[in-house]
Amino acid sequence: MKEKPFAITLDVGSSLANRTGAWRTERPEYVHRLPPCNQACPAGENIQQWLFHAESGDYESAWRQLMRDNPLPAVMGRVCYHPCETACNRVQVDNAVGINAVERFLGDEAIRRGWTIKAPSVSSGKRVLVVGSGPAGLSAAYHLRLLGHEVTIREAQAQPGGMMRYGIPRYRLPREVLDAEIDRILALGVTLECGTRVDDVPAARRDGGFDAVFLAVGAGIGRRTYIPAGDSARILDAVALLGSMEGEGPPLLGRTVAVYGGGNTALDAARTARRLGATDAVVVYRRTRDRMPAHDEEVEEALEEGVRVKWLSTIKHADGGRITIERMRLDDTGFPQPTGEFEELDADSVVLALGQESDLSLLDGVPDLTVDHGTVQVADGLMTGHQGIFAGGDMVPAERTVTVAVGHGKKAARHIDAYLRGTSYEPGDKHAPAGFERLNTWYYSDAPASVQPRLEPARRVSTFDEVVQGLGESTALFEARRCMSCGNCFECDNCYGVCPDNAIAKLGPGKGFAIDLDYCKGCGLCVAECPCGAMDMVPEE
Amino acid sequence: MSAAQQVKFYQVGSHAAGNRLLGPQAQSDQADPDRSNALTSGHRACQGCGEALGARYVLDAAQRAAGGKVIAVNATGCLEVFSTPYPETSWQLPWLHSLFGNAPAVAAGVAAALRAKGRTDIRVVGQGGDGGSVDIGLGCLSGMFERNDDVLYVCYDNEAYMNTGVQRSGATPPAARTATTQAVGEEPGAPFGQGKSLPLIAMAHEIPYVATATVAGLRDLEAKVHRAMGMRGARYLHVLVPCPLGWGTASCDTVRMARLAEQSGLFPVFEAEYGEVTDVTPIRRRVPVEEYLRPQKRYAHLFTPEPDPKAVARIQRAADRNIARFGLLEHQEAS
Repeated sequence: MKEKPFAITLDVGSSLANRTGAWRTERPEYVHRLPPCNQACPAGENIQQWLFHAESGDYESAWRQLMRDNPLPAVMGRVCYHPCETACNRVQVDNAVGINAVERFLGDEAIRRGWTIKAPSVSSGKRVLVVGSGPAGLSAAYHLRLLGHEVTIREAQAQPGGMMRYGIPRYRLPREVLDAEIDRILALGVTLECGTRVDDVPAARRDGGFDAVFLAVGAGIGRRTYIPAGDSARILDAVALLGSMEGEGPPLLGRTVAVYGGGNTALDAARTARRLGATDAVVVYRRTRDRMPAHDEEVEEALEEGVRVKWLSTIKHADGGRITIERMRLDDTGFPQPTGEFEELDADSVVLALGQESDLSLLDGVPDLTVDHGTVQVADGLMTGHQGIFAGGDMVPAERTVTVAVGHGKKAARHIDAYLRGTSYEPGDKHAPAGFERLNTWYYSDAPASVQPRLEPARRVSTFDEVVQGLGESTALFEARRCMSCGNCFECDNCYGVCPDNAIAKLGPGKGFAIDLDYCKGCGLCVAECPCGAMDMVPEE
Repeated sequence: MSAAQQVKFYQVGSHAAGNRLLGPQAQSDQADPDRSNALTSGHRACQGCGEALGARYVLDAAQRAAGGKVIAVNATGCLEVFSTPYPETSWQLPWLHSLFGNAPAVAAGVAAALRAKGRTDIRVVGQGGDGGSVDIGLGCLSGMFERNDDVLYVCYDNEAYMNTGVQRSGATPPAARTATTQAVGEEPGAPFGQGKSLPLIAMAHEIPYVATATVAGLRDLEAKVHRAMGMRGARYLHVLVPCPLGWGTASCDTVRMARLAEQSGLFPVFEAEYGEVTDVTPIRRRVPVEEYLRPQKRYAHLFTPEPDPKAVARIQRAADRNIARFGLLEHQEAS
């Protein structure tokens, strides 16, 4: 035994001998929760994860993460109505994270820098026919191709894109952007046959030797309604109008245009009419603004551009450059009822925007396939009643947006892949939601959202230039960094910092943390002070 | 500096301990994977002990500031008892304990010895709880202040004598129930109009540096330790360290309680040099005192069985007075 100093009889020991972990009745655990943005995304994007990469300025990794779910980020960053932002937990702190704007930045960055996806090296030997090259068809083709299948897209129109080209005006989606993203999909080895209408699906499948078919023909026919009209009335439908913008000469609408309907298409038609020189574009809608199916942003932008809206109005008659509208009132059930009060308006032409339907003539005579209320009925895996024929996008019962269609394309691709391999696709279990109540928002500093610049209204009504401008790099980075990383660790070191027992080890970048259960007393401070709710206390056995 | 660092970091601002995107210089000392852990694992403090947390925050920062050359002198109290049940120690730095009330004098002596040996590179930190500093050691501490001895003295204030079973100290706030101020009678709990503010007493000595901090403001606390360690002479740091046992709060709420004390205005966080307040940490999200009082069992008699709005209002007035006196809301624009 070593000689001890005066009055010392025992060696100095460390308290590390005292395993205080034995006190514990609950233990902290690192968990992953499903952030509300991811939960809300119809395309199934892992938004939190791509924002995580974007926050570090690694835009390429962010884009590659995005591309795992969505092959059209630059398009989506413009036309998606971003349910992710509506769901964003940051709404309860200041404003939602500008997810859509960052997505657009990443999509544009990829186009600018020419980032590409590698084509698969192995082939399954299976062939899939995709009917329609809208967002659902393109998305399905992309995912099927990456899964190793041979894919042929047949498109009736002269150019690919479906409603993205023939329905969404250029001022919302410049065609260079659309073309760049479509070309990137085609470069993976997807065959595109434009101007090729499929009239008979079973025959096309048989003749082309296709093992499966994905139908995504969209809903490209404007719904008609009967309006008593004189001989000289000029009545068009909005889908045809917007589609004709891709043709040779612009349609002739006159100086005063009335648009009948309250959806996004109605507003697009009115905004297009303004750009074509109409001095007055009036949207006639039979209910009130809060009941309007069009998205608020579209309404705002249309009003900025001088589009007028006649709320609570229906068109009763049209003739000779005039229309008669009747005032409506909402009854107790919110349904519009006529009041007998009439008003006349100038209208050189009337554009009908009363909803769209699918042309399902190509399905005539397909056995076991059910059509109900103009939509094709599909099972959970998007397969129709007919073996090997799947359908998605606007032609099946769902919300009709580009984002939903892209999600359908991915989902269908997974199920078609399983079908072709003789298995079934089982989606993985989803994490429990990361609700706002799990967050400790104290740790996030106040940072109001950045706003994307918009073109001056005066310039908007004379050109088809893009209205919403993209974010610059520093603003996009700022916006990405506003993400609170709900339910997923972003390595803020708080758990490591606040442990009074020094029982958490920091493992280094990307590796996270480890809890030393020999010393963790189970106080729960790390869990309480985790900003993003990525930890839970669980009872000891 | 890279572009990523030039952009102000919004996701966590400066409120979390660290961040994966910041360089080591911009992180807190506690985010350092190689922090010194002056108070290591295996100590016998209760679950969620604010004092254990505060002591590690302070001493790790002091060691970082002094290149590891720090001697700590400890008063009697929880911190001493739970860290050193003979022959074990949790301290990973030279550490000395003598009596309850003489820690400032012993620290002054260690500083004098170091000066005599010409080892002014070695720095001295004296530390104790509110009992050992506010009450029992006040004479020695006042002497250390007035002689301007080269010691940073840190009081970890948990607002009562917790080690011996939660008896009232001079730092116990009005209305708080302790073993010696039971929740009975006309004015249950600790009486209004008694007690003292040691930071203000320290300021009256016009020593080079006095500051307050809480375990809820890690970066603020560390900045103050670094600032103090950059000075010579008598310096005083008063750290609010909630005590789950004595306050009757959940062990996971220690940091939250400190935050609420600060955000309600009951615990003003400021810095002073030579007797003058030089800076305050503004309130970011103001809360009524009730939000701070309610979760604590030591204030349960203010809410059950009969609510006592008069007492709560008196406590609110004290908070409002702090806010006015130190300008805790005025600095918000500038921050």
